[in-house]
Amino acid sequence: MEDKKDIMQIIADANKSVTTGIDSADIEHWVWIHIMGRAYQVPAGLTIMQAMEYAGYKFITSAGCRAGFCGACATMYRKEGEYKLQTAMACQTRVEDGMFLVQIPFAPAQEATYDITKEPYAASTLLEHYPEIARCVACNTCTKACPQDLEVMDYIQDALRGDYKKVAERSFDCIQCGLCAVRCPAEITQFNVGMLARRMYGRYGMTEPEYAKARLTELDQGKYDKEFKKLLAADVEELKKRYAAREREAD
Amino acid sequence: MAELKFIGGYPEYMRELIEKVNSTRAQRKDYTPPAMTPQQREEVLQVHPDFAPGGKRAISIGVNKGDIGPNEVIDLLEAYPLVTPKEIDISNVDYEVDLLIIGGGLAGTAAALWANNEGVATEKILLVNKLRHGDSNSIMAQGGTQAADRANDSPAIHFIDAMGGGHYTNKPDVLKGLVEDAPYIIHWLKEMGTIFDKEPNGDYVERWGGGTCRKRMHACADYTGLEELRVIIDEFRTRGIPVLEHNPVIELLTDGSKVTGVVLWNLETHQYKIVRAKATILATGGFGRLHIRGFPTTNHYGATYDGPVIAYRAGAKLLDTDTVQYHPTGAAYPQQIIGLLLTEKLRSMGAQPVNVDGEAFVFPLEPRDVEASAFIRECYVHDKGIVTPTGMRGVWLDTPMIELKNGPGSTAKAFPGMIRMYKRFDIDMIKDPVLVFPTLHYQNGGVETDPWGCTNLEGLWVAGEVSGGVHGKNRLMGNSTLDCLVYGRRSGMSAAKYLKNGAKFGKLSLDHVDRYVKMLKDAGIKPERKAPIILPEYRGKAVLARMIDL
Ligand SMILES: Cc1cc2nc3c(=O)[nH]c(=O)nc-3n(C[C@H](O)[C@H](O)[C@H](O)COP(=O)(O)OP(=O)(O)OC[C@H]3O[C@@H](n4cnc5c(N)ncnc54)[C@H](O)[C@@H]3O)c2cc1C
Ligand code: SF4
Ligand code: SF4
Ligand code: FES
Repeated sequence: MEDKKDIMQIIADANKSVTTGIDSADIEHWVWIHIMGRAYQVPAGLTIMQAMEYAGYKFITSAGCRAGFCGACATMYRKEGEYKLQTAMACQTRVEDGMFLVQIPFAPAQEATYDITKEPYAASTLLEHYPEIARCVACNTCTKACPQDLEVMDYIQDALRGDYKKVAERSFDCIQCGLCAVRCPAEITQFNVGMLARRMYGRYGMTEPEYAKARLTELDQGKYDKEFKKLLAADVEELKKRYAAREREAD
Repeated sequence: MAELKFIGGYPEYMRELIEKVNSTRAQRKDYTPPAMTPQQREEVLQVHPDFAPGGKRAISIGVNKGDIGPNEVIDLLEAYPLVTPKEIDISNVDYEVDLLIIGGGLAGTAAALWANNEGVATEKILLVNKLRHGDSNSIMAQGGTQAADRANDSPAIHFIDAMGGGHYTNKPDVLKGLVEDAPYIIHWLKEMGTIFDKEPNGDYVERWGGGTCRKRMHACADYTGLEELRVIIDEFRTRGIPVLEHNPVIELLTDGSKVTGVVLWNLETHQYKIVRAKATILATGGFGRLHIRGFPTTNHYGATYDGPVIAYRAGAKLLDTDTVQYHPTGAAYPQQIIGLLLTEKLRSMGAQPVNVDGEAFVFPLEPRDVEASAFIRECYVHDKGIVTPTGMRGVWLDTPMIELKNGPGSTAKAFPGMIRMYKRFDIDMIKDPVLVFPTLHYQNGGVETDPWGCTNLEGLWVAGEVSGGVHGKNRLMGNSTLDCLVYGRRSGMSAAKYLKNGAKFGKLSLDHVDRYVKMLKDAGIKPERKAPIILPEYRGKAVLARMIDL
């Protein structure tokens, strides 16, 4: 058996490049990328985010979760010799030779104000708060821009019809990166429309199970107070006994 | 070295190893290795990073002097302030508010809403955040949130599950608050418009979490944190509560003992600003980016332990600094996603850990510390791991088993986020297994809290991952998002009550920092190390070697 301390050292060494930054001595394959027009040679196989860090950029904006959940690292790029302007999340996309990159750390977007408890669950509510959705020209640019591969144009059409359920389903995986909105010729802020629609559907379109409501009433009536009194007075031995005596419900 | 040839995201040699996994899948379908006995558990825990020799030391100064913690944590507690008190003018106040909230994850955002509900006026609140509001650990929660609402379950059973999981070190009264408020929190989220997974009959989909004896995990596909957080942030915005992004707190201000304000530092302009507040809630989250023992992490970019560092200088008491939660299933391949989380729910739904020979070698749902240790042992003691092109080792998580056990389409329905992540690197996790290894996940301990989020310092509350007490030395899945919402709410309510009872602004000073610096000097600690670190350092070594600060 390898010495346990050594194991920790081997693990730490194997992870060095992701925990402390990259040493060029460890790299065999390289690509060229352009960060806001300036060319840098970076190790192949990194994400755009890791490659920019390798090149010396310390992110203070345009980085959040580093895992594809927060939408902070929205990026646009064009590849050498191609006319197409593409979009990506920098933390989830591999660098490729000849990428011309720019980060979009912030999407200026207007958000409606509303009180979700007072909004009517009516087909027209989304349109009232976001009248610009009526200007959608169905160009599908938003769908092409979406790094989550959502059917963005379709959910805007659903919103126009006031179909909350459809908008909720189609927009559910939105990470609010804003790339759809900055590309939209009709100046629609799709992700905000989706947000309002989902909240409306969650609040008014879905029911709360009876059993969940019943538990709230029980708690209000103090049904568990006595048992908690006992639990709080119990010593560790007693708690261990109760833990061991648990019965696992069927799968 | 020749270019590696890739097939479906894997190099050829790994493809061949995958064939072994494929060839044993049918046999493994009805076989699960038995759960470990207490003695076997103890044995395997010897290779857990918390117990393996080295890596730890005692804190040499301050309230918790003598307590043990990881070196990376103690290094920051035993560090000098970023700016010396002499360098800052605190007499010019930039913001004067009743309630200041530090950190905008689930905990901080919930605190703001509930303080507002309890009468603190919108414009009298300020939330400050290091990154954008929402860039946090909260937004990445995949698995779900626990709440004992079904008829065969009860808050008392939830209490026992968490107590046993925490090795009986949880603060009982704080844990009681957690489990008792849980059903209400789900109700509140639903009323705010959160979309939880539902069964066709309208019941919530409720699943197992490691260490629970009832199914009580409420989820929103594998985007639970994203959905919960964006809903409450939207509520926060539409109420018009003031927020300041990219402005981390670098120091608390006190009147000598009571917390009376903070020093902010604008990440872009580097200007500092002074906030005076009657009440302050600390909700800065966890510490994954300290890469304890050199492990990769699941945590967001700003998870650097700032909160405990600045609170400790002001005299706040810490709890359970000695334990760290490693999640067994972090991604080990490809390089681009090393350390990122693969939720426990994959194993709840049948994905099996498998070694290089295609054998199932461990019960899939041991407590996290045991499961993680079993993976480390398989790779480094039994030498049955799979070596990646970059030299890491890992074990397979046999994700295709999910379809085999739950039917076609089940993976896509439950794990859209995971499938998307792997697809970006050409891997189809429905057809092929994925490679995993333990990753640094959660800060079990923190600033000691009470059942209302109060600390030992007047004027300072804590909520969420930065706090210590509710989970004891080990947290169960689904109790952390819950913790943030319950204690965000409770701390917000408690601070509102404090304000209603006539709390006043206090004198602003950095006297506590002067005192702390003196202690550091007396203990012979060298001034090189500074904290909080705010953001981790990942720039290339070649650039750093030739960098000059002008
Ligand atoms: C990948 C992943 C998956 C998870 N899955 C689950 C799950 O399924 N179920 C579950 O219950 N839990 C889960 N957890 C744990 C849970 O999500 C977190 O513990 C919890 O959400 C933490 O919330 P928080 O509000 O305390 O901190 P965070 O959400 O991290 O928010 C803290 C905020 O404070 C800010 N901040 C930090 N320092 C400063 C400073 N100096 N000044 C100003 N602001 C600062 C940060 O930028 C951040 O925005 C998971 C965690 C991760 C990382
Ligand atoms: S819908 Fe828009 S904001 Fe949402 S993920 Fe897609 S591009 Fe980003
Ligand atoms: S980009 Fe704008 S105009 Fe074009 S389809 Fe999308 S919403 Fe409509
Ligand atoms: S940093 Fe959060 S999505 Fe990339």
